[in-house]
Amino acid sequence: MAGMLTSVQDHGRKGYRQIGVGLSGAMDDFALSVANLLLGNPNEAAALEITLGGCALKFKSDTTIALTGTDMKATLDGHPIPSWWAVSVKADQILKMAIAPKGLRSYLAIAGGIDVPLIMCSRSTDLKAGFGGFNGRALKAGDYVKVFTSHQQYYLKQGFGISRRLQNESKDSNVVVRILAAAQWNDFSKEAQCLFLNSPWLVTPQSNRLGYCLSGPVIVAQKQQELLSHGILPGCVQMPPSGQPVIQLNDANTCGGYPKLGVVIEADLRKLAQVRPGESISFQLCTQQQAVQARTQLQEQLTSLKLQAESMRKRLSDPLF
Amino acid sequence: MNQINEPKTSLQFSFMGEGALLCEVVNANAKLELVVQQRIWQLAHSVKEQLGVLEVVPGMNNLLVVFDPIRDLVTNLKAQIQHLWMVQLATSTDNCSAKLHHIPVVYGGDMGVDIVDLAAYAGLSVEEVIERHSQAEYTVYALGSQPGLPYLGGLDPQLNKPRRASARTQVKAGAVIIGGSQASVLSRTSACGWHIIGYTAIECFNPASEPAALFSPGDTVKFIVEEVRL
Repeated sequence: MAGMLTSVQDHGRKGYRQIGVGLSGAMDDFALSVANLLLGNPNEAAALEITLGGCALKFKSDTTIALTGTDMKATLDGHPIPSWWAVSVKADQILKMAIAPKGLRSYLAIAGGIDVPLIMCSRSTDLKAGFGGFNGRALKAGDYVKVFTSHQQYYLKQGFGISRRLQNESKDSNVVVRILAAAQWNDFSKEAQCLFLNSPWLVTPQSNRLGYCLSGPVIVAQKQQELLSHGILPGCVQMPPSGQPVIQLNDANTCGGYPKLGVVIEADLRKLAQVRPGESISFQLCTQQQAVQARTQLQEQLTSLKLQAESMRKRLSDPLF
Repeated sequence: MNQINEPKTSLQFSFMGEGALLCEVVNANAKLELVVQQRIWQLAHSVKEQLGVLEVVPGMNNLLVVFDPIRDLVTNLKAQIQHLWMVQLATSTDNCSAKLHHIPVVYGGDMGVDIVDLAAYAGLSVEEVIERHSQAEYTVYALGSQPGLPYLGGLDPQLNKPRRASARTQVKAGAVIIGGSQASVLSRTSACGWHIIGYTAIECFNPASEPAALFSPGDTVKFIVEEVRL
């Protein structure tokens, strides 16, 4: 069972925008990084991104896996496995993911990383263009996915995890994401800007890895202008003539021409990745310095988690060789 | 080498998130200019070499510069880009690597479903649309939107037609299309709001080839009439 949408992703295809090739990659790249560091995988190792859940996988050989991202109430041969957790598995064991009660995406990393060809420096699936990852497509029931041999083989006597606080759960049902003002911010009146920042925006069912289409009050620019096409990045909040914003994400086109109000800061893209259609978000302006600081904090958090995971693995594992 | 004698206008910067700057030519009033584009290519080339710059993405008379915000101070980078733009030699990019592509096109009929409407909009006959489209010489300004898709400048102004009010959900790769003053060839089967006037079997993008994209900025494109279907 492959679930609603399960695909092979790493941190994305970077450096090919000038030929129109977009990022793809894990929507919650922090969760992917943690999955890899729990196992001692290189950060660039590819994993499975599982959307919403409802999938089952059978292991063909003994290995060690890590689950991160939203909790999909996973079970291994019926025994529950929490999220943000690493555990060794035996051949023929079955990992089942239920439908996530909240959140949207989880990551399954396997020791050594998923073995698919490196295309343009990445193993990510470009679902829109149909290349990369596993034959350029999402996984289907019956697919057999290969894994690289891990350079460090070990067996965990017991599973281990990291603080569940990392799960990025907000108590509030409305998720706040920070944005940096973009080129057309000042083409909108003070009233329009306030309306944009003070309204909750419903994430509509048309939302996916390409982008989130939002619904709320209609917001129109004072100055309507025809823009020339230009490069855009994931997180770009465009305002099409409909007055309903669209947040372009990992699988979006590399160029766009709609007015841009702002761009979601990198540290908050992972929050968006876990928002489901039907939930709402709101925007908060921040400065470039604050955005860089948030990004640096996440990096530092990953560095310290990596050290913690290394010592945990040492303590709990039997080397196989 | 072509002398570019247009007055120097400074670049306008805006953030595309904390790690990217969109650099646009002030007062470009959305009119595409080849001389400006040649300077954009040249700028892209020199900005790419700057410390901390990860990626440069030429657009239509603009440039997106992706950088490492943790390593680089953005004020410095802005000053460097502005400096490079203002002092760059008043010559066009050395285009010795530019290629000429001949693209065979089946025009009209089921292969170009919008050609009749476009002809009516332009006040021309279908034959005249085909003639004007295939006699022009196009320059690849940039690649983008989808893998290998060329943004072509050089369309006969008579053939300009604003994009469709709503996009078609699926248009086949190879569609020869017009959107406003821009011409292109769809490289992947996808949604498309441009007008379809023909079809080519030429493949714009193949991830297994080196290079993966058929076209490069600065290349010249000519469309050849392979067949006309009415």
